[in-house]
Amino acid sequence: MSLRSYVIARVLLTIPMLLLLLTLVFLITRVLPGDPVLLHFEKQAKPEAVEEFRQRLGLDKSLPEQYVDYLTGVLRGDLGKSMQDFSPVAQQIFSAFPATLELAIFGMIIAVVLGIFLGVRSSRSYNTGEDHVIRTFGIATYAIPVFFLGMVLQLVFSIQLHWFPSGGRIYPGSEPLGLNLGGFHLATGLYTVDSLLEGNLSKFVQALRYLFLPSFALGLVLCGIFIRLTRTSMLETLRLDFVTAARARGLKERTVVYTYALRNAFLPILTMMGLQFAALLAGAILTETTFSWPGLGRYLVDRIAFRDYTAIQGAVVFFGLLVALVSLMVDILYAYLDPRIRL
Amino acid sequence: MPLLEINSLTVDYPTRVGTVRAVDRVSISLEKGQTLGIVGESGCGKSTLGLAVIRLVPSPGIMTEGSIMIDGTDIMRLSNNEVRELRGKVGFIFQDPMTSLNPVKRIGDHFVEFIRTHEKEVSRQEALEKTGKILESLGILRERTTDYPHQFSGGMRQRVMIGLGLALNPKLLIADEPTTSLDVIVEAQILELMNKLKKDYDLTLILITHNIGIVAEMSDLIAVMYAGRVVEFGPTEQIFENPLHPYTKGLLESAPNILHPERSMHPIPGSPPDLISPPPGCKFHPRCPHAFEPCPLREPFLVMKERRFVACHLYD
Amino acid sequence: MQTERGRIIVQLIPQFVRLSKRGMAGWTVLIGSVIVVAVVGMTLLAPWIAPHNPIAINVGPIMAAPSSEFPLGTNHLGQDMLSRVIWGGSMVLQVALISVAMCVAVGVPIGLLASYAGGNTDKGTSLVMDSIYAFPGLVLAIAIAAMLGRGVLNMSLAIAVVYVPSYYRIVRSQVLTIKELSYVEAARALGAKSRSIILRYVMPNVVPSVVSVATINFADAILTAAGLTFVGLGLSVAVPDWGWDLTYGRQLLPAGAWWVIAFPGLMIVLLALGFTLIGEGLSELWSPRLEQ
Repeated sequence: MSLRSYVIARVLLTIPMLLLLLTLVFLITRVLPGDPVLLHFEKQAKPEAVEEFRQRLGLDKSLPEQYVDYLTGVLRGDLGKSMQDFSPVAQQIFSAFPATLELAIFGMIIAVVLGIFLGVRSSRSYNTGEDHVIRTFGIATYAIPVFFLGMVLQLVFSIQLHWFPSGGRIYPGSEPLGLNLGGFHLATGLYTVDSLLEGNLSKFVQALRYLFLPSFALGLVLCGIFIRLTRTSMLETLRLDFVTAARARGLKERTVVYTYALRNAFLPILTMMGLQFAALLAGAILTETTFSWPGLGRYLVDRIAFRDYTAIQGAVVFFGLLVALVSLMVDILYAYLDPRIRL
Repeated sequence: MPLLEINSLTVDYPTRVGTVRAVDRVSISLEKGQTLGIVGESGCGKSTLGLAVIRLVPSPGIMTEGSIMIDGTDIMRLSNNEVRELRGKVGFIFQDPMTSLNPVKRIGDHFVEFIRTHEKEVSRQEALEKTGKILESLGILRERTTDYPHQFSGGMRQRVMIGLGLALNPKLLIADEPTTSLDVIVEAQILELMNKLKKDYDLTLILITHNIGIVAEMSDLIAVMYAGRVVEFGPTEQIFENPLHPYTKGLLESAPNILHPERSMHPIPGSPPDLISPPPGCKFHPRCPHAFEPCPLREPFLVMKERRFVACHLYD
Repeated sequence: MQTERGRIIVQLIPQFVRLSKRGMAGWTVLIGSVIVVAVVGMTLLAPWIAPHNPIAINVGPIMAAPSSEFPLGTNHLGQDMLSRVIWGGSMVLQVALISVAMCVAVGVPIGLLASYAGGNTDKGTSLVMDSIYAFPGLVLAIAIAAMLGRGVLNMSLAIAVVYVPSYYRIVRSQVLTIKELSYVEAARALGAKSRSIILRYVMPNVVPSVVSVATINFADAILTAAGLTFVGLGLSVAVPDWGWDLTYGRQLLPAGAWWVIAFPGLMIVLLALGFTLIGEGLSELWSPRLEQ
C-alpha cells in the first residue's frame, strides 16, 4: 500500500471515530440525567429568566435539533456560548490553548529525554541493581499524582529555595510580543518562541523559569513509560548482529549504543510520544491548576467552578478533537518513517 | 613467533540450569601468512572460539582459563580501550550478511566511521577515497557508497563485510561461517575473492565453518572441534589423506565425495552431547565406533602423531 | 465451572507462598500486596486506631507543625492530620472498588460476547470502545462527573466509563487468540454450545489478564479520583478524604505548612504504588518476557 492510499484510508477511518466522539460528549452533557441549565442555576432563578437563558444558548430546542446544531457548529468552529457571559467558547479556548501547548511540549521533552537516558542506562546494566532501581523509579513516578508532585516541587524549589517562581506564566507586564517588523506581526502564543522572535533574551529566560517546575512535574510523571519502552526496545536491538559487528570493529561503546542501537530502537518511542499525548493533556489540566498556569486546563477547572456547562462541553469537545488529530498525525508519521510502507 | 597462540583456553556460560562449557582447554597456534580452518558441528564451540580472540564472547560467557597471545601480547590483560584498538587490527566477518550492517547507515559511512575511529588523523575525504578503492577491489561500484544496506543483495553485503574486515590491513582476519547464508554460486564467488585477497593482503586467516569442502580448499591447517575440545589439529593434507580421530573420519565420510560418487555417505550416529553435563572421559565415546575401556574413564590429550596432533586413546 | 474456579483458587494460595522464590517479579507482587493490605487495614481499623475525630475542628491549635501530641500536625481548621490520614482512604477505596467492579461487570462480558460473535458486532463495539479509549481519561471523567454531580456512585461511574475499554480490549485479544486454537475448533466441531466454549476454554485464560488489568486499574482509579477531587468534583467536604486535604492544603503552602499536603499525598502515592506493583508483578509472572 502506498503512503498516499494509507493516509487517505486513515483519514477516512477518523471520521466515524470523530462522529462517535462528538456524539459521546453530547450524550454526556445533554442526555445524562441533569438539565445543564437548571444545574447551572442550582434552582435559584425565576422561571422566566431561566427560559430566556435557555433560548439564548439554544438549549430550548428539541434534542435532535440541538444535536444537529452542535455538529454543524463544530464543523464551523463554533463550540457554543459560555453560560457566564454568552461569549463564544471557541474564542476563549483558542486564546488559552497556546499556554497548554507550550506546557505540553516542554513536559513531553522532559519525559522523553529522561525516559531515553534512564532507559538506555537500564538496558545496559541489565538485571543489576541499577536496572532494578531505574525500573522501580519508572513505576513509582507514575503512582504520584501529578498535582501532588507539583505542590511538592513548589514547596521545595519555590517557597523554600526561591529558585523558581511558584505560579503563573511570566511576570505580569513582561509578556513576549513576538516578531514585529514594520506592519508584519507574528506571535505564536508560546512565550519561549515569542520572546526569541522579539529578540528579548531576558524574557526568554523568564519564560523558561516559569515553565520549568510545571513541565518538570508533568515530564517526571510521564517518563516512566518511556523508560520502560526504551529499555525493552534497546534490549532487543542490542542483541542484533549489526550491534555485535560494530563492537567487533572496535567502535566506541557510546557510538554503538547511540548510533547503532538507539537509532534503530527509536521508532516505537516516537509512536509512544503520540500515544501519550492524551495522558499529557490530562496531566496538564492538573498541573495548570497547581501552578496557576493560564491554559486550557485551568480554563476547564474554572468553568467547573462556575458551573458553566456549555463551556465545559466546548472544552471537552476541543480536547477530544485535539487528541484525535494528534493520533492521526502520529499514524501518518509512522507510516512515513517505516520503510515497509514507504518503499 | 607464531602470530596467534591460544593456550588451554576455556570459555564458560553460566546459566540458571548449569554451566555450559563451550570451549574446553583449547590450544592452537598459527604462524603469519597461514590459513587455519576450524571445523565442527553446530554447537561445538568454534564460533565462541573465534569471538574469544577479539574478546567479544557474548554475555554471560566468560573466559575462565588459558591465554590468547596475538603477536606476543596477552589479550586477556588488555584494558577496554586497548581491546578496541585490537579490534582495529583483527578483522572479523560475521555469518549473516543480511543482519550485520546498520540499516540506517549508508555503506560508505560504515567504512568512514571504522577508519576514522582507528586512524584519527585521516580526514573524511581521505576515508571516502579509501572506501571507494576497497569496494572496487571487491567488485562493487564506487558510486554505491551512498547506498543503504537493504539496497544490496546478500552476496554483495558479504563483500562489504569482507571489505570492512580488511579496511585497516589487519594482521589477522577471522571469518565465522562467511558463506553459510549464501547460495552455492555466490559462495563460490566469495571464496574465490577471499583466496585472491589472501594473496593480495598477505593475510593470516582463520576460517570457521561446518563445511569440510571449503576448509579443504582454503586452509593450510585444520583444527577439528568436538564439544568444545580440539580433537585433531594439523596440516590439511595430512588430515584429509589420513584422518586419525574417529570423529574426523566420520566427518569426512558423511560428506558427499565427488570423486567416488558410488560410495554411500555415513552420517555419524547419535547427536552432540549436552555441554552442561557432558559424557565422562572422552566426550565423543558414546558415538565412537572404536570406543574401548579407557574412553569413558579419562579424557584424551593432544599428542603428536603422524605429523599432526590428535586427542584419542587409540593413539596414546 | 465449579471445578475450574476451585482449581484457580487452589492454585493461587501456594503461588502466593512461592512468590518470594520467583525472583524480581515475585518480590514486586509481595511488596505491593503488603503495602495494599497495610493501607486497607489501616482504613478499616480507623474507628479504633484514630486518636481523634477526623472532622472535629479545633481539636488542636491551627496549622501546628508535627509534634508529639499531633504527630502529623494540624490543618487550618485545627483538625488532627493523623486521624484524617487514617480515615482519609475510605472514600478513595470505595470509589476505586466500585468503579473497578463496574468495569469488570460491564467490560468483560461485552468483550467476551462481542469478540466471540465476531463480524459487525465486533467491529461496531470495537469502534465505540476505541473512541472512548482514545479520549483523554481525566477529561472524560470530568465531563461525566460534572454532569452527574457529587456522590460516590457518580464518581465511580465517571471513572468506570473511562476504563471499560481497557478490559474490553484485553478480553478481546485473548478471545481472538483462543478462538483460533485447534482444541477450541475441535470442541466446536463436536457440537459444543458457544456458551460452554466461552466458559470452559476462554474464561480461564482470560482471568489472569483481567486480574492484571484490574489491579493497575485500581491504581489509576485512585489517582483519577484524587484528580477529580482536586478540580472540584469531589465528594462532600464533611467526609475525611486525602484528595480534599490536598486541595485545601494547597492554600496553606505559602505559609509553609507542608505537613497538610505531604502525608495525605504520600498515602495516595503509597496506595497507588502498591496496586501498581501487584499489577506489574503479576503480568510479568504470568507472561515472562526476555528470558535468557
